Amino acid sequence: MSAVVESPTPSNQTSQRPAVKITEAVIRLAGNSQDGIQAIGGFLARLAGRSEQEVMTFMTIPSTISGGPSIFQVRVGSGEVLTSGDEADLLMAFYQHSYNDHLASLKAGGIVIYDSDHVTEFKPENLEKYRHIGVAISSLTVEAIGGTGRDKGKNVFALGLLAKMFDLNIPKLHRLLEERFSSKDSSVLTNAMNAFNAGYNYELATAAQLFEFQPGQNVGQAQVVMSGNEALAWGLIAAGVRFGAGYPITPWSDIMELLRRELPKYGGLFVQCEDEIASISMAIGGSYAGRVSVTGSSGPGISLKTEALGWAVMAEMPLIIVDVQRGGPSTGMPTNIEQSDLNIACFGGHGDSPRVVLAPANVEDCFYCAIEAVNVARKFSVPVILLTDQGIATRIEAFRMPDLARLVQDISPDLSPVADHRPYDLSAIGGVTRHLAPGTRIASGKYPVVTGLEHDELGHPTGSGKLHTAMTAKRRNKLRLLANEIPVPTVFGADKGEVLLVSWGSSQGPVQEAVKYAQAEGILVSGIHIKYVNPLPNGLEAIFSRFTHVLVVELNDEGVYGYGGQMASLLRARYCDPRITGLTKSDGLTWKIREILQKVHSLLAKA
Amino acid sequence: MSSISFPFAVLPRTGSAANLPPPAALADQDRKPLTKKEVSADHPTWCPGCGDFSVLALYFKLIERRKIWHEKITTVAGIGCSSRFPYFVQAHGAHYIHGRALPFATGVSLSRPDLHVFVFGGDGDAFSIGGNHFVHAARKNVKLTYVVMDNQVYGLTKKQTSPTSPIGYKSKTDIWGSADRPLNPMKLAITAGATFVARTTATNPNHVLEMMEAAMDHDGFSFVECLSECVEFYEGAFDAANPRKGGKFETISKDHDVTDEYAAYKLADAPWPGQFGVFYKASKPTKNQNEAKIIADHRAKVTGLADWQILQKSFDRMK
Repeated sequence: MSAVVESPTPSNQTSQRPAVKITEAVIRLAGNSQDGIQAIGGFLARLAGRSEQEVMTFMTIPSTISGGPSIFQVRVGSGEVLTSGDEADLLMAFYQHSYNDHLASLKAGGIVIYDSDHVTEFKPENLEKYRHIGVAISSLTVEAIGGTGRDKGKNVFALGLLAKMFDLNIPKLHRLLEERFSSKDSSVLTNAMNAFNAGYNYELATAAQLFEFQPGQNVGQAQVVMSGNEALAWGLIAAGVRFGAGYPITPWSDIMELLRRELPKYGGLFVQCEDEIASISMAIGGSYAGRVSVTGSSGPGISLKTEALGWAVMAEMPLIIVDVQRGGPSTGMPTNIEQSDLNIACFGGHGDSPRVVLAPANVEDCFYCAIEAVNVARKFSVPVILLTDQGIATRIEAFRMPDLARLVQDISPDLSPVADHRPYDLSAIGGVTRHLAPGTRIASGKYPVVTGLEHDELGHPTGSGKLHTAMTAKRRNKLRLLANEIPVPTVFGADKGEVLLVSWGSSQGPVQEAVKYAQAEGILVSGIHIKYVNPLPNGLEAIFSRFTHVLVVELNDEGVYGYGGQMASLLRARYCDPRITGLTKSDGLTWKIREILQKVHSLLAKA
Repeated sequence: MSSISFPFAVLPRTGSAANLPPPAALADQDRKPLTKKEVSADHPTWCPGCGDFSVLALYFKLIERRKIWHEKITTVAGIGCSSRFPYFVQAHGAHYIHGRALPFATGVSLSRPDLHVFVFGGDGDAFSIGGNHFVHAARKNVKLTYVVMDNQVYGLTKKQTSPTSPIGYKSKTDIWGSADRPLNPMKLAITAGATFVARTTATNPNHVLEMMEAAMDHDGFSFVECLSECVEFYEGAFDAANPRKGGKFETISKDHDVTDEYAAYKLADAPWPGQFGVFYKASKPTKNQNEAKIIADHRAKVTGLADWQILQKSFDRMK
């Protein structure tokens, strides 16, 4: 098969071809970061959400200011979509380097649409393996828009091409384009529409198959489409958080930008600080003032916050700390995904400093976990770390519209007078005392000092070993109480079998999809997902005991002793169970289903 | 979808509400100004003769004189001898980590306009480990009062060089005498953008009270440097400013224009022991005012909507 380069004169025979009905498609767009690839990927995701389809995206952006290769992958499905897909059905390549670098991500027999103005070199074996469709995207865009736009708008032209190929809902897409471009001057929208229509009306060559999605399973449900970072920030607002402070760092910055922009509508505010330490300190000040506040960061920023986190543990101050994990240590791989902050989240800092760590599994979970984190922080008067990662943070998913009237809560402080108050009352049930905000009159005339020094029940410093022992136990017992309330995770798949795949955070999707594949192959594989990373839920040992292998799947290093990554080590330490092993990797990319399945097969082969 | 039970919107508090006096007994108009006994808490841990006692006594006096209630003040400090301050005051207080009292206090100030936020600390806390925060709290003109008890030495850790130790000062970390030029707190505050900058010395109680009171009344970031002698590790450091020790306590001339930043800077450059009083005072928008305006503007656009309805509008746009 040879590359089919479109002739400038379109034929009008293609539209008669019948469309193939499909249930899902993985589309990868590859270009440079300034080409607006993220924008059209976003359009596709939004459209899928509005069309009751499931959708998940994956993107990479270079950690440079401008330029550099960038991709956006969209998986749209009528059924449940758990990952952004191992391999693409269609690749849209804007440059020769995009073509060269991403061709291998295509399924054999997959379609590559390339910009024939830029992509000119093909290896014969690739022309055999993949279906090639060349379209002069750049020059046709210039032709469609005319004037001075150069090839700006070629992303929208490409969207038009895809809309045609996949029989996408044109009125809905037009509305999305209007929403995106109509706030600017009117020629911008006109140009976008012209580029889109030119792409849509372009007659594709006979090699181009037309597709049609089966109706989605979410018919009749309103869906929202957003990234994990957005979902998390909105969740905090829903939970009643009205004050926060932060310092810019990728990929956390989106959250602080959204909170800065949105909180004033709710009477709240977010402060950009001079550094990471000031950020957490200011947020703690906000919590001290009476309302659970938020700070957050990624990578090195989390390291910087640990001293202040220790204070919040010691002073028993509720606080939300968001850690959007990225590749580490140090500056590491700022725009890549990694789950290597589990240890610092659970144990970072000096001294015994128990805190709660919650890891959202996907975009929707970011929203609900944020609310849960705030309520756990309030209920147990403890700092809670929301441990998300770059993968969830930047990807876009559609999920069911939350019931906001029910979920949005008011957590204004209660400042009415009390008779007396002991901030660190050792007789409190389960060790749970709560902070009393300044402004509260205490009739006894004894006022509390909250402090990082070991203290007595009123917060005054002590050097007593007996008190230190009692207070250390108090801070730890709160987490034991919480552990008793955490539901035992449910097993995904059969209740017992050969291999139990353990996931936490963003590994949940790939693990559940791997379980489905393995079950289809007739292998006894199940999955379990751990949402509460610290404290761990009770009752895991009973589940582990029903499987021959317990394989913890996580994106970090196997460690010096080689028996698994950070979660695997934690589980081993708790359960002393040598059947617990790990599947880890540090390539900065999300799990591919086949990587998990390969490991499952090798485990079973050894047995 | 929360898996943890959380059945209450308003948190039950652990403080006892039993035996609460009747509301009439709590009415503000029936309250008498707090006495020194009522505002003092733990006995200070400072060494006998320490200048910090004077600052604490005058803080009590300020509270008494201005009829501030316990619950309306928040006393915040970092780490150091002087930073033990909150334990000695019978009011809501926080003893935070080394150098970071200002961002903590900023969080309180921005969240709670109903409170007087006072921050106390030493020179190491303020200008060494907390130097960055000092600059930015001043620049942002956060409404709070910051009193730095400057003794020109690290006292709590027992005699190491501080950022304000003069050249030649012999400490445990500079046994041959400090070689680094000391930082000038007045110059730093003025250039960083503090809107109230004053200097006093613990040996002149009336002046300390006058400066603290003026600082409290200033709407913005008010900074008072109070020379406070460490009798243990730097005895006699401030004799030159103490008439009882043969020195001279020179107050700033009445002719000084406190709104003139350059004049203030020049004044701050005077040779040791320098002058005392208000160096600079200017009325500029505070961080608190700026943020309140942003909030008011945004709230005006959502009048009559409950929080969930505001959020629903945003979510409807993401459909």
